[in-house]
Amino acid sequence: MFYRETGDFKTSYAADAQIFPIALDRWAFWLALAFAFLAVPFLIDDYWEKSVLLPFMIFALAAIGLNILTGYCGLVSLGTGGFMAVGAYASYKLMTEFEGLNIFVIVLLSGGITAAVGVLFGLPSLRIKGFYLAVATLAAQFFLVWLFNKVPWFYNYSATGMITVPERTMFGIAVTGPAAPPWATYLFCLVLLTLLGFAAKNMVRGRIGRSWMAIRDMDIAAQIIGVPPLQAKLSAFAISSFYIGVAGALYFCVWFGAVEPTEAFGINQSFLVLFMVIIGGLGSMLGSFLGALLLVVLPILLKNLMVDAAGMAPVLARHFEITIVGALIVFFLIVEPHGLARLWAMAKERLRHWPFSY
Amino acid sequence: MRKAILAAAGAAALGLVAVPTLAAAAELVVPALSYRTGPYAPNGIPFADGFIDYFTLLNERDGGIEGVPVKVVECETGYNTQRGVECYESTKGQGALVYQPLSTGITYQLIPKATEDGIPIHSMGYGRTSAANGKIFPSVFNFPGTYWDAASIIVKHIADLEGGDLKGKKIALVYHNSAYGKEPIRTLEELSKKHGFELMLLPVDHPGQEQKATWLQVRREKPDYVTMWGWGVMNQVAVKEAASVRFPMDHFIGVWWSASENDVLPAGEDADGYKAVTFHGVGDDFPIYGDLKANVYDKGKAAGDGSQAGTVLYNRGMLAAMWAAEAMRKAMEIHGTKDLTPAMVRDGYEALDVDEARLAALGLPNFTVPVKVTCGNHGGPGLGAIQQWDAKAKEWKLITDYIPADREVVDPLITEDSEAYAKEAAITPRECTM
Amino acid sequence: MLFFIEAVISGLLAGVMYALVALGFVLIFKASEIFNFAQGVMCLFAALTLAGLILGYTPFAEILHTLGLPSTWMPVFPLWLAIPLTIAVMIGLALLIERLILRYLVNQEPIILFMATIGLAFVLEGIGDLMWGSDVKPLDIGLPSGASDWMLDSFDIYVEKLEVAAAVIAAILVVLLTLFSQYTRIGRALRAVADDHQAALSVGISLRTIWVIVWSIAGFVALVAGVMWGAKSGVQFSLSLIALKALPVLILGGFTSIPGAIVGGLIIGVGEKVAEIYLGPFIGGALENWFAYVLALAFLLVRPQGLFGERIIERV
Repeated sequence: MFYRETGDFKTSYAADAQIFPIALDRWAFWLALAFAFLAVPFLIDDYWEKSVLLPFMIFALAAIGLNILTGYCGLVSLGTGGFMAVGAYASYKLMTEFEGLNIFVIVLLSGGITAAVGVLFGLPSLRIKGFYLAVATLAAQFFLVWLFNKVPWFYNYSATGMITVPERTMFGIAVTGPAAPPWATYLFCLVLLTLLGFAAKNMVRGRIGRSWMAIRDMDIAAQIIGVPPLQAKLSAFAISSFYIGVAGALYFCVWFGAVEPTEAFGINQSFLVLFMVIIGGLGSMLGSFLGALLLVVLPILLKNLMVDAAGMAPVLARHFEITIVGALIVFFLIVEPHGLARLWAMAKERLRHWPFSY
Repeated sequence: MRKAILAAAGAAALGLVAVPTLAAAAELVVPALSYRTGPYAPNGIPFADGFIDYFTLLNERDGGIEGVPVKVVECETGYNTQRGVECYESTKGQGALVYQPLSTGITYQLIPKATEDGIPIHSMGYGRTSAANGKIFPSVFNFPGTYWDAASIIVKHIADLEGGDLKGKKIALVYHNSAYGKEPIRTLEELSKKHGFELMLLPVDHPGQEQKATWLQVRREKPDYVTMWGWGVMNQVAVKEAASVRFPMDHFIGVWWSASENDVLPAGEDADGYKAVTFHGVGDDFPIYGDLKANVYDKGKAAGDGSQAGTVLYNRGMLAAMWAAEAMRKAMEIHGTKDLTPAMVRDGYEALDVDEARLAALGLPNFTVPVKVTCGNHGGPGLGAIQQWDAKAKEWKLITDYIPADREVVDPLITEDSEAYAKEAAITPRECTM
Repeated sequence: MLFFIEAVISGLLAGVMYALVALGFVLIFKASEIFNFAQGVMCLFAALTLAGLILGYTPFAEILHTLGLPSTWMPVFPLWLAIPLTIAVMIGLALLIERLILRYLVNQEPIILFMATIGLAFVLEGIGDLMWGSDVKPLDIGLPSGASDWMLDSFDIYVEKLEVAAAVIAAILVVLLTLFSQYTRIGRALRAVADDHQAALSVGISLRTIWVIVWSIAGFVALVAGVMWGAKSGVQFSLSLIALKALPVLILGGFTSIPGAIVGGLIIGVGEKVAEIYLGPFIGGALENWFAYVLALAFLLVRPQGLFGERIIERV
């Protein structure tokens, strides 16, 4: 019905290595991308930008980052919030120290700085495994937030330790600060997400991604066939932190504009991103997006349905919302323990055979 | 199957569109960014109840403000900045006239946005202190007093107790390790230079259930006084720990956010004598409560379960609503229309003048300090009284008159900090005649 | 010197409080290899239920009120009745968890079970609030509190009575748990399951029953921890965040060892208090949180499996 292909016929290596081997998927993807780039910017207002699209894109980016580490390389990290803080504070310091620097460069540089910090905190992973490794990243989480809260140099000696973003432009249009139009911030994030998304997808399909997965599946065996665990683990930490740092920089510069470390980058944020990755699907790009969708957009959706459409008292709605999200998490796990991405893959498999399921 | 998916997708799309119920012309939309969930809910609930009940009273008794009904749109933030922003964006489209976020974090977040959108913010006794400078923050109001006022009032009170001389004394600040808790540090540092007392800083991390180390330090260093900038569970634990280490409770003075019944009741008898600075009266011995009972509680229209009436935070919520209502009344007067826009309400706030006579007319005689906002001063009179907890009677008592803040210390700091902000955000201060 | 002793005593006692929370995690992890993220919320839920019963709150009052039903009909329960009732509620909860969640997730990977407990934590948080409201509930069940006057007057050492009580209760709890697992039939079954699921199944031990029992015991431990912490600050949402304090304890002590939880708690408690007091003034206060993890990390670099954890033997 949906998929009208008749089996796998590949005539070239290029065809075999495609990201979307099915033509329909390919078209759908390009159509969606075109829609996101060409149509959405004209449709959105402040609400869509600040409450739905930016959070979704930024958390998707952070989830991709964590998925590289946890999903592909098998290293559990609870330091996401701390690494996002590194990205945010790096971008703030870069912006205020080097006035003329382009915001795009700043965001990427912040990612680079976060990568360096990530490698540093990734060192214990060479010795510690599993849940125990989480402690190293938790130490990073609490230490980094404490550091940004404590050392006045990081927040330019402001009275309260809040950092506020100055206005920066791309092609003459503000992308940070309160005057930035919704479509500009949206496009800015979308460009980064698209670029980094493609980069990540190709990395995990390439040599480096395979070395991560080898380490994940069995580190000793991987070592024997010649995958260096030091390089693999640290590169996973570096690249993962890069993505998370970029997400943190965007979180601060583009989405919020003013943050304080204790709340914005607390342990809750680390848990939230980890939940996204697990619910979405460990070791799946699509999963990162689905996880972000479920945990960022669904609560807003539920809230709007219950409060605005059904007229429920906001506090009751909030209680129900958290209960429903929790119940949905359990429900999805029972239906498919390997995450939403696997659920989608299975649905697609069914659709390909439908209506003749043989 | 496909139909089900389509239906689900449809419902999803529908749910995301923040139903744009455009305010009918004759309606004043006031969003209440409340928090009745999460770690700070015990403080958020009474404030929100007081805020909403006051507007309900206006609607029920007078048919609104000058005959225009008020529509309070409640939005749950959970004291979480992310949700606060979502609430702001979703209520903005409904014609919101003024925002009161009741969270220093969310206030910082909204200051640039709301200024850009031309919607006033009233962060009553919280938020960014230097927003008191109306030349640089035209849309932000934080009267009747700021954290820096509070800090200087507390120090003044201590000086009074000590007979005016603080040389060689030691004062400790126990604070919530966040933007909110750090606010008073700069002022206290200035004041310690001026008065020659030693300042000791003791941060407590969110949420603050474990303060052993903090209070052991108090026990070792033996400061003469302890002040506190706490919120939520931190207050209760601090009061209890202070009593445990036998710190004299009347030498322990909190800011106005560390002084609700919730904070002292769990400590029982031990909390007796704990002090805090405040800017409004306590209890339900005011004429307005008669009206509230007749028009709101008895009709079953109270926002909460009614158990909060007369508590400190309920009164404070009511006060916030009262000033908002008066500002809107003023705006109608200035602009000669009943169809208000946010910009008009901003003008109303800036021309706000609620004196004792007006308070009495509103059923709140001697309830709070008279407030007169001007173009340059959005921080109000900066007056505060000291209240003390009586554990036997289970009530707060005002024990001093309203004390003025130390303007010669606070004002230069406000100018300095706001000008730094103006420079960073490239704002040209506007001219003010007064 | 005297002050140092005082700091260490305070640290030890705080450590016991952490260990109480950590115990619940260990019990469940031992029997089913589930890292129960919901343990903190279970503490909150148990304490809320107890406080709600004692104070005569009506469950789901808000919903009942919205629906126009009578919402103030609960009597005030005396303590001797409220405690068994709360325990019954926790057992009921364990049954529900097994029936609705665990049953469907047998033999899944640990991370998935972990995720399920996160969902459970959300659900419990929502339902707890719906049932009992989110205001602060003072919990006074006659536990001693305040400083011990005797210690303070005769030795000038500050010791919190509540925490001494907690230490005594924790000791009793550990002895009871040990006796239970050594000398009762169910206890032996528990140990068998912890040792080897498959082997236990094959000798006829019902995994489901065991799980219900384990979760019930964890619920009981959660109640104890919730009461001790709740007595300190009143019962409110923040109670669920104490789980974070138990995390370094667990990591240090190993997930599978009850003595590990206690010893880990003591080490973390002393370490962070002493660091905060003696290091805080030099590099800035409020470092307790990360210091606990750094301490745990330092231990782990020497013993990667935790203090009392089982040695991991790797084979290809």
